[in-house]
Amino acid sequence: MTGYLALTYWDLVAASVFLLLNAVFSIVLDLGLTRTLIISALRMSVQLILVGLVLKAIFFAGSLLWTLLAAAVMLAFAGREIWARQDRRLAGLWGPGLGVAVMLVAGTLVTIYALAGLIRPDPVWMPQYALPLFGMVLGNTMTGVSLGLDTLHTSLARGRRDVEAQLLLGRTRWEATRPFSRQALRSGFTPIINAMAATGVVSLPGMMTGQILSGVDPREAVKYQLMIMFLLGGATGLGVLGATFASVWRLTDNRDRLRLDRLNGGSR
Amino acid sequence: MLTIRELKTPLIGPLDLALQAGEAVAISGPSGAGKSLFLRAIADLDESTGHVALDGTVRDAMPAPEWRRKVAYVPAESGWWADRVQDHFAETSDLPNLLREVGLADALPWEVSRLSTGERQRLALVRALQTAPQVLLLDEPTSALDPPSVDLVETLLKHQLAANRAVLIVTHDPGQPERLGARRLVMDKGQLTAGAGQGAPA
Repeated sequence: MTGYLALTYWDLVAASVFLLLNAVFSIVLDLGLTRTLIISALRMSVQLILVGLVLKAIFFAGSLLWTLLAAAVMLAFAGREIWARQDRRLAGLWGPGLGVAVMLVAGTLVTIYALAGLIRPDPVWMPQYALPLFGMVLGNTMTGVSLGLDTLHTSLARGRRDVEAQLLLGRTRWEATRPFSRQALRSGFTPIINAMAATGVVSLPGMMTGQILSGVDPREAVKYQLMIMFLLGGATGLGVLGATFASVWRLTDNRDRLRLDRLNGGSR
Repeated sequence: MLTIRELKTPLIGPLDLALQAGEAVAISGPSGAGKSLFLRAIADLDESTGHVALDGTVRDAMPAPEWRRKVAYVPAESGWWADRVQDHFAETSDLPNLLREVGLADALPWEVSRLSTGERQRLALVRALQTAPQVLLLDEPTSALDPPSVDLVETLLKHQLAANRAVLIVTHDPGQPERLGARRLVMDKGQLTAGAGQGAPA
């Protein structure tokens, strides 16, 4: 890490000058954004400083148990986020459970594959590699899954008559919901496809930027970033597919009925 | 042909009804009495308990899609999931004839969004007939039609009855049961009773 230049906390205060300037503009122009702007900035600071301390402790302990515990906490937060981003949610335990289960399978599968097969740190669960990787995989899968489920649930609730019209013509629950699951899959896949298309042209990905700033050869940083993007794309795809079809399965029954009674909420 | 005994959902029933081949039964009754729910339950679109059988074969003995092809339910307002009319129809040999019989021979290339309610009702009926059902469950199939179109649809239904299909029709048109030669039933608060008028209860 030859070119790494450490920051002091005073540097951070200095960096926030422009943000504070925005807050001043907000007051002058009466935009009403001051409060949320300041609160989110403070919240972010506290969260990241805490995460830094926690990661430091976990890296120092170097224990499998603590690494797994951290991964579980990340998973729980991501599951909650998926749940919160849906306007209509599956009723009961399925609501939070589906997101967590899908990410547990897709996220863990891809992370373990990458750790054991590609990066091969020693030990394989080494938290310096495992936790950031798992975090990136979860973050992207979470975005895709929540978009996919939100689209599916909203469109099914609105398109009940269309689904039932197809069921009445003797189509199966999978055939009758196909226009809706296609729509859900498309919107779940869109962010990662857009990210892949724009990466490197418009902005340098955060991880790659970080590596370059810490002195890594750009070509090496690119290789790492490509690997990460492939993994993220794969995990998001698996997650969106799994979540969409599991939700269609739950929202229909074995007599090929549409079961919107298993869906809650709806405010839009 | 269609036998229903003790059909119950949380909102309606228990209901009993027997439909013979070639027989028409008309159900009338106030809004909210459960007429549509009754048809939905027969089509297995809502969960229900009780004995429902077609020619002695109970409903649960066959997959639900097969049941719905044999016992076709046409709701009062049908769903249209594609933009063009033709995407909702299978290309069967009897399709041009059926469309002509309801007065919509040219409708296939039309856009669904430009159809009138009456056109939708007639097209939904044709769509359901394409699966060659043995029983037709029709929810106010002529409520939005002008008198000539009502004639067309009633003639079509009489042809279906003559071909030994059974028809269970919900209608608010007081003359319709008689024109179809249908036995009258009245539904109120989720219960069926024999109605007054032409056609004796079985």
